[in-house]
Amino acid sequence: MKLKIQLKSKNLLGIRELNREEIELILDTAESFKEISTRTIKKVPTLRGRTIVNLFLEPSTRTRTSFELAAKRLSADVVNISGKDSATVKGESLKDTAKTIEAMNADLVIIRHSAAGAPHLLARLVRCGVVNAGDGAHEHPTQALLDLFTIREKLGRIKDLHVAIVGDIAHSRVARSNILAFTKMGAKVTLVAPPTLLPVNIEVFGVDVSYNLDEVIKEVDIVYCLRLQLERQTENLFPSLREHTTLFGLNMARITRARENTLIMHPGPMNRGIEITSEVADLPQSVMTDQVTNGVAVRMAILYLLIGGGESV
Amino acid sequence: MSKVLIRGGRVIDPANEVDATLDILVKNGKIMSIAENLAAEDAEIIEARDMIVTPGLIDMHVHLREPGREDEETIRTGTRAAIKGGFTSVACMPNTNPVADTASVIEMILEKSREEGMASVFPAAAITKGLKGKELAEMGELVKAGAVAFSDDGESVMNAEVMRRAFEYSRMFNIPLIAHSEDKNLSSHGQMNEGFYSTLLGLKGIPAAAEEVMVARDIILAGVTGGRLHIAHVSTEGTVALIRMAKKAGIRVTCDVTPHHLVLTDEALMNFDTNFKVNPPLRSQRDVQALLKGLSDGTIDAIASDHAPHALHEKEREFDRAPFGIVGLETTLPLMLTKVVETGVLDLPRLIAKLAINPANTLGIHKGSLSIGSDADITIFDHKSKLKVDIDKFESKSKNSPFHGWELNGIVKYVLVAGEIVIREGNIVKDPGTRDEGRGTRTRG
Repeated sequence: MKLKIQLKSKNLLGIRELNREEIELILDTAESFKEISTRTIKKVPTLRGRTIVNLFLEPSTRTRTSFELAAKRLSADVVNISGKDSATVKGESLKDTAKTIEAMNADLVIIRHSAAGAPHLLARLVRCGVVNAGDGAHEHPTQALLDLFTIREKLGRIKDLHVAIVGDIAHSRVARSNILAFTKMGAKVTLVAPPTLLPVNIEVFGVDVSYNLDEVIKEVDIVYCLRLQLERQTENLFPSLREHTTLFGLNMARITRARENTLIMHPGPMNRGIEITSEVADLPQSVMTDQVTNGVAVRMAILYLLIGGGESV
Repeated sequence: MSKVLIRGGRVIDPANEVDATLDILVKNGKIMSIAENLAAEDAEIIEARDMIVTPGLIDMHVHLREPGREDEETIRTGTRAAIKGGFTSVACMPNTNPVADTASVIEMILEKSREEGMASVFPAAAITKGLKGKELAEMGELVKAGAVAFSDDGESVMNAEVMRRAFEYSRMFNIPLIAHSEDKNLSSHGQMNEGFYSTLLGLKGIPAAAEEVMVARDIILAGVTGGRLHIAHVSTEGTVALIRMAKKAGIRVTCDVTPHHLVLTDEALMNFDTNFKVNPPLRSQRDVQALLKGLSDGTIDAIASDHAPHALHEKEREFDRAPFGIVGLETTLPLMLTKVVETGVLDLPRLIAKLAINPANTLGIHKGSLSIGSDADITIFDHKSKLKVDIDKFESKSKNSPFHGWELNGIVKYVLVAGEIVIREGNIVKDPGTRDEGRGTRTRG
């Protein structure tokens, strides 16, 4: 497969920096990679000899594993550095970690960090490419891309679909990247959350806001649930989990108000019984496991497009 | 002591309503005379044709970091930065280590300034012990030691009762409380202005309300106690409106604004560059417009840099882990000449008033004018010559400026402190007779 267009940057820092053509390129590329993961020998030599550093300074299972599998299925060498066993716990600055990685001649660094903007700082400090695997409450671009991929796969398109994003928008990097991604691809977005969990000026992003999930759920093609971080209750952002679940939880009563083919999505990990009940999570239209499967294909596409050097698959 | 004759410059002295081409004769550290065509045979001549001659500028809000963080700035390097920027007097904030909450720290700062300072240093002392907002510092002793104002800068006196008592008690000394207005609950964990850009960047916002509720509270407290309130680094439209209202009501309130709040907005944070991280945070375009309006209608009395030096390794970090602050002593004058005077917001005399006599009046110091007999603190600059800001040329020990590479107009050519030329042709004069450049023997005003 020879590609005519390429990504403009050597980094993937956020959906904000991508244009629609680049997003489509990633999704199209991912489609051709998805098949590899269904083979008995799930490996192609595309990135043989390339070194990828997985720098995960904040706990993560699915994203780290997904990147690692994506890299390995493309035959890249992967080094994992995680928060608790890295020199950062000894007080090493991100600058020195970056210099160390640089000295080891990595081709790409994938970074997960609790601070918004840490990938941007890293990108200024190293010559190699940087992929943002989630930074604070800022962005999680690969999550948004795998969500777009899943929607396109299930519903055939993204444009003109109506997505409800439900829950803690304010603290969610998934919400930010998905709002940017959905609106860039021409979908309509309605945010459903209490005002305390909505960031200020969010309407400027071209989204609607509602406090009434029962009404919104009737109109949408996709309900996207966000994980509620339980410690938010202590910050007075909602009075109790019980009340939050009553107003904004996705349960069977609510889902029966939706159209039959409405997709249910969640970035994981789920709090079953809080933002989503177990019954809803296990419905056939809940596509959380497809999201995980597609995550590997989308990340393979991203790695390939960033450091594949235009070689054919 | 020698004589200096400054010839042919445009002399702007707002305190005396002077704006004319005049000569100034300086003798024995004082201003002897100001008139046309002065002559003095034994005087050193400064040709100031096509230049602006003003009272030595006053920066009423700087952090010199000594004692405690001498790796970031010292009284020596901070005052070298001051004169390089045209400032002959600075008021330094008390959030040092130890905190300037006892007479001995104030005495130490003044002693060090006499020995090593290139400009006059006027220390502000803490309102409360340890800046903790609980018990009043020994204000009487601090004033006796030389404190010119009280401030818990960087912190905010959150307890309204403590602030009320501070206003009442400080009335005895007729010196102002400089308020850093920030409700610490509303600003908790905040990194930047709350608004569109904080939402886009996923950084916790500091709402305008965090400043405005404290400004409103302190205006009310100043009103009921008759205390003197000076609000530092105003940053929001609402604050300007509150101060305008308070002044109309006759409450004793003054305020200052920083150059960075006048020329930058929160949009500058798009790349997570920590050199733009400052508290109060850079606000919206709407706030900037309101600040400029407040500056031009007189609501805002003074311009102060809030010069806040930080070590490179502390700024070169993840955004939410980097300290707040911008260095400003060496960029304030050219920024204001270029972005406030050239744009027509203020004319030159009104700019100079906000950089000289107005802060002097607020601090109650005998500086900021060219009155006959006053200390010969004089700044001479060429307001039209071009300057490219270069952090590597800063006298300040710290380089945390967001203005690196900016092309501005205005170069400081000569500075006199107490009659002595400390900047000549734009360069710091090496003191003869001392081992270390910058170690002078001047007396403070």
